[in-house]
Amino acid sequence: MPATTLDAPAQVPGSHRERAKRDWSNPTIYFIALLLVATMLAPVVYIIIGGFRTNSQITNSPAGLPSPWEIGNYLNVLKGGVFWQEVLNSTISAVATTVGVVVLGLMASYVLARYRFRGRAAMYTLFAAGLMFPMTVAITPLYIMIKSLGLMNSLPGIILPQIAFGLPTTVIILVPFLRAIPNEIEEAAAIDGCSRLAFFFRMVVPLSVPGVITVGILAFIGSWNNYLLPLFILNDQGTFTLPLGVQAFASQYSVDTAKVLAFTSLSMIPALVFFSLFERRIVGGLTGAVKG
Amino acid sequence: MADPTRESSSVSRGSPVVLSPGEGSAAVGLPSSGPRQRRRGVGWPARLEIAVLSGPAIIIFLTFVIFPVAMAAYYGFYAWKGYGVPTNFIGLKNYVTIFHDGLFLDALNHNATIVVLSLVMQGPAAIGLALLLNKKIRGKSVVRVLIFVPYVVSEVIVGTGWSLMLQTTGAVNDLLKNIGLGGFAHDWLSDPKIAIWSLMVIISWKYIGFAVLLFLAGLQGIPAELSEAAAIDGASYWQTQRRITLPLLGPTVRIWAFLSIIGSLQLFDLVYIIWGQYVSSTAGTSTMATYMVTNGRNSGNFGYGNAVAVVLFMISLVIALLYQRFVLRRDTEGALTGGTE
Repeated sequence: MPATTLDAPAQVPGSHRERAKRDWSNPTIYFIALLLVATMLAPVVYIIIGGFRTNSQITNSPAGLPSPWEIGNYLNVLKGGVFWQEVLNSTISAVATTVGVVVLGLMASYVLARYRFRGRAAMYTLFAAGLMFPMTVAITPLYIMIKSLGLMNSLPGIILPQIAFGLPTTVIILVPFLRAIPNEIEEAAAIDGCSRLAFFFRMVVPLSVPGVITVGILAFIGSWNNYLLPLFILNDQGTFTLPLGVQAFASQYSVDTAKVLAFTSLSMIPALVFFSLFERRIVGGLTGAVKG
Repeated sequence: MADPTRESSSVSRGSPVVLSPGEGSAAVGLPSSGPRQRRRGVGWPARLEIAVLSGPAIIIFLTFVIFPVAMAAYYGFYAWKGYGVPTNFIGLKNYVTIFHDGLFLDALNHNATIVVLSLVMQGPAAIGLALLLNKKIRGKSVVRVLIFVPYVVSEVIVGTGWSLMLQTTGAVNDLLKNIGLGGFAHDWLSDPKIAIWSLMVIISWKYIGFAVLLFLAGLQGIPAELSEAAAIDGASYWQTQRRITLPLLGPTVRIWAFLSIIGSLQLFDLVYIIWGQYVSSTAGTSTMATYMVTNGRNSGNFGYGNAVAVVLFMISLVIALLYQRFVLRRDTEGALTGGTE
């Protein structure tokens, strides 16, 4: 029945195409975009290129290009086991955190978005209030609690709090997403004898994929980049995640700027790869998914 | 499963706007059991579902977020060095000390500056960029990926990279000298007049990608039909953006501003990594959070540190509640009552 409304735009594709053509040839837009990209990338490029230089090159001409290019710094880092151990630790922590945040967050958001019950507003407020609890506020008691749970120097010791602290953002983002699923779909499913739980697994989960990817990426990046919590919980070098590793490396080789830059740029590659793989699906938008 | 609450709630929230009059009758005729009266009652199966679905999230959230925060409030009343059970109860003495410490008031002041400047510097720019990237331009997806790069890169890396670049003998000053602007070379990180602006540039650079990401998602939610209809009526591109797109983007912008304010109040990593615990206060970039770690854990005064945490939290809470009350109200109201769209 909503077909009538969806058909409407099909009658005016002309204007769409015209506008597309105009934008296509507008040089100002491309200039701004280029400027923007250059600004955003310059510091990152500085770090990567700096890794290809020697310390004397960096001292003599801080903003210069490598001449000659030195690959030794990178090889040094890649050959050592420390870097790979830290990549593994960061990966385990980030993946587990993401799965936890998405699964728990999706279930709770579904309840908040599509059930009506007393205490729903309170529950939403509880999670929303969580946005105001920075990890810094809770870090000391959290540290003591993790210690008494016997989770010090273990990845679960940072994964569990990360899931908990990731939930507020997840709920805030997913609730509107789930609410946006048209009631017609739910009605149709109900008519076909679909229970509410079945509706959750068969309709809500697939339809909320764009929202889930957004919160999943936020959780992954949040965990990958987390600094404060691992700083308190992980004291054993073998359990270090990459941010701790970078800091430890930077203070250990504080005079060897080139090597620090090489280590730093290698440590950002995994997050960049992960992000560029999934970015495409973030801005898909639920409306498109439902319409299609 | 026959659950009357489901049907009634969904029908009452259904948007009849979509239906043309002729077709509407079929849907309206569906469940005729008075929808509004039944809203409150929730059957046992539904309650079980609610408990099963939301239970795990609530438990883990209470355990690892609410409980530690509550403990912070408790420790804040004690002079406690972090060993054993706190016994030296000193009431509000920690709090009195905090508000008489010039260093804390400085930090508070810096936080306020960062809140305002973040909104002013990132908001308009991010909206503009999102509008730009929402257009049909070539290489759009590449640009979109690339501007999120700073957001994906960790604070430690950003801090390490920028502090190397901004040193007096660093790349930025060298670059300025090379292009003949040596007079603009500054001590970007230690000069108290400049350091806060350096910090703002780094913050904007790092977090604007997130704002653009949110706004783009918001723009995707605005039906293309609206701007197409406006185009048919002869509206220019800018008229359409101003009268249709921006108002409809309002809820997304307000949520972003909320996240930005809270983030600015809680800023820790970047300042701590770039300026360290002592330089930040002389450079004028210290925040409440760096003050807390410096004067709490790093000095072994866990009780005092927790009191600072409570102050930081209370300030964030008051601002957040005011914001929700006066700014987010219409958005959440619609959200919580399942308002029609």
